Amino acid sequence: MSEPRKNYVRPLDIKHGRVDMAHGAGGRAMAQLIDELFARHLGNEWLAQGDDGAVLPASGAGRLVMATDSHVVSPLFFPGGDIGCLSVHGTINDVAVMGAQPLWLSAAFILEEGFPLADLARIVESMAAAAKAAGVPIVTGDTKVVERGKGDGVFITTTGVGVVPPGRELSGSRARSGDAILVSGTLGDHGMAIMAGRESLGFDSRIVSDTAALHGLIAAMLESGADLHVLRDPTRGGLATTLNEIARQSGVGMMLQEKVVPVSPQVAAACEFLGLDPLYVANEGKLVAICAENDAESLLTAMRAHPLGAQAAIIGSVHEDPHHFVQMTTAFGGRRIVDWLTGDQLPRIC
Amino acid sequence: MKYIDEFRDGEVAQKLAAAIGREVNPDRRYHFMEFCGGHTHAISRYGVADLLPENVRMIHGPGCPVCVLPIGRVDQAIRLALAHGVTLCTYGDCLRVPASDGLSLLKAKAQGGDIRMIYSCADAVALAQQNPEKQVVFFAIGFETTTPPTAVAIKQAAALGLKNFSVLCCHVLTPPAIASIMEGVDEQLQLDGFVGPAHVSTIIGSRPYEPFAAQYRKPVVIAGFEPLDVLLAIRMLIRQVNEGRAEVENEFVRAVDRDGNRKAQALMDEVFELREDFEWRGLGTLPLSARRLRAEFAEFDAERRFALAYQPVADHKGCDCGEILRGVKRPQECKLFGTVCTPENPIGSCMVSSEGACAAHYTYGRYKDV
Amino acid sequence: MCLAIPAQVVELREGDNAVVDLAGVRKEISLSLVDNVAVGDYVIVHVGYALNKLDPEEAAKTLALFAELGQLGGDSTLH
Repeated sequence: MSEPRKNYVRPLDIKHGRVDMAHGAGGRAMAQLIDELFARHLGNEWLAQGDDGAVLPASGAGRLVMATDSHVVSPLFFPGGDIGCLSVHGTINDVAVMGAQPLWLSAAFILEEGFPLADLARIVESMAAAAKAAGVPIVTGDTKVVERGKGDGVFITTTGVGVVPPGRELSGSRARSGDAILVSGTLGDHGMAIMAGRESLGFDSRIVSDTAALHGLIAAMLESGADLHVLRDPTRGGLATTLNEIARQSGVGMMLQEKVVPVSPQVAAACEFLGLDPLYVANEGKLVAICAENDAESLLTAMRAHPLGAQAAIIGSVHEDPHHFVQMTTAFGGRRIVDWLTGDQLPRIC
Repeated sequence: MKYIDEFRDGEVAQKLAAAIGREVNPDRRYHFMEFCGGHTHAISRYGVADLLPENVRMIHGPGCPVCVLPIGRVDQAIRLALAHGVTLCTYGDCLRVPASDGLSLLKAKAQGGDIRMIYSCADAVALAQQNPEKQVVFFAIGFETTTPPTAVAIKQAAALGLKNFSVLCCHVLTPPAIASIMEGVDEQLQLDGFVGPAHVSTIIGSRPYEPFAAQYRKPVVIAGFEPLDVLLAIRMLIRQVNEGRAEVENEFVRAVDRDGNRKAQALMDEVFELREDFEWRGLGTLPLSARRLRAEFAEFDAERRFALAYQPVADHKGCDCGEILRGVKRPQECKLFGTVCTPENPIGSCMVSSEGACAAHYTYGRYKDV
Repeated sequence: MCLAIPAQVVELREGDNAVVDLAGVRKEISLSLVDNVAVGDYVIVHVGYALNKLDPEEAAKTLALFAELGQLGGDSTLH
């Protein structure tokens, strides 16, 4: 009796191949894509289970935190990062700012027919590296393919799960009059790094996205013993939007000092060119912390001791205000509101 | 940033504010209008008014090209994109201006219009060059700061022999608008002087303001763009008022002289001529106050190429923009302000642009109203 | 009027173009509206065009004026 012939399966042409409709059909082509591209880079014991859902150990005491984010950034590759590591960092951060230790991630991909496999491999490798560095594996995922023209290359949705220990309460509703407001570093880096590559509005600079996983910094902050009330990462809409959200949630007002809000000189210059306000520009590796007044200095010290908090600063304080205004003393010595964003911030000529 | 940071110095500001405090006559009030929208924005954004004595009041003028752009012109731009299928290039400022039928350029884009935001009109020319099968139209707005670049772009298109590039020209002039304000100075509007525009003046020079100062006996001080410039200009205005003078003075000496940029002026004259009259939102129809392309450049005139008619559209009945633009009313005095009319849902022109009087006050200063 | 910023010319390019630098951020702009611009000059940039050269001596005079006015009881002649 002869042995059954092994089928010859031509390996994926990562270099020159493109996503086609077969890759999303659920058959052999899709299995091969998952095998040779996704699993190869993301591989871990849970992903290797190969089932529809990952079976994970239940956590002990504490409550579950779950967060999800879709990523549609364009361009897909930008100075300092790409959609892959962005999607890993972003969801880890959403879980971590709740005071939870991030444990696992899922990743769902919507691929456009024609998307180069080389770019997909680059993105997945980047995700794998980010997940590994953060110690948070991607344990389950999904892939769909849409017809050419119906997607923007690739969309990625990541969901993260973590556990917050009993007794820890971090929430946007917990800011109280007298609290100090801190930021972990310079503002506007990510948004301007993206803007640099845009047609017509673009410019040359060394601005680099600040995309980063913040759970290590957050752990150090929680360990400092400071009485932390609120943690949030100011992504779309920038610091101004995040502070307005918190002010409304907590029913308070805020007063900032423009002179001490950290903005890198290049980001400030790029904003000047386009008529943008760095307070409204997106960040992907920064956080806002609101803590009890007496703990501000010790919290600042803990943040500055961590590489991702080297330029942390105390930028203002919380006070009673029935209108929930976020106000600022300008570097010039006057006063202004730092209002909610109206639609997207657009570059101006005037 | 050199030539920027030094002019925003908070410590110098305190000292200048003190000097202004010493300069004012405590027995009278001073009302100054800053004509330029950029100054309105700077005053609000830096909180300059907080450093002024209580008897000095700044009134926001109509120097915001988006604010004075009539709805009918935005309608034309939208029609070009949706009905004529052109690729419409526009500055970011225009995208959210509400036009007729609940549309804006941004909403027209959502409906399938090919509308592109650009930083420079040169990019519109490049777009036309790279896409010969598309009709590219540049929506040209702005005062004399923004007009010379459009002139250069049109000449560039002509030199390249482009057949698919044209301009919807809504460029307006500063002196006629100032004249319109000065005419309205009476019991309704108390005005002791003007802070003249910074960058318009780099182009037109300080000379064009001299007839106004002479005829209406009001001082004009041209101020640079930064908050310290504005403070210094206010001090110069106060001194003129105290001394009974009505002259044109220049605070922005590092970029403005009496003649202006002759090369830019010649380029504007070469490409554009004056329209007999033009409708301004809030100010009414003003004679010889706007430009259109000369006959030699007719092929680049979008209004002619696409046979666009102009349909005036009236403002909302409750909207006080007209009076606010002319400085007669303050934003808070409009019934719609902050209720129906907000930056999210702007009813009138003053709320649409971030440097419109209403938007500036709402965004930066409404804490003062409560 | 309108948003314009002072930036330094760091490179001249063909066809009336130049590269300006503001705190390390660079952009290519057009010099079509100004004459006799050299590397090192400061220009006022608006929508991708240089509107005018900035006069460093006049800028210094204005800054000196701020300083003078800041002195207690200071009085000075103005332009």
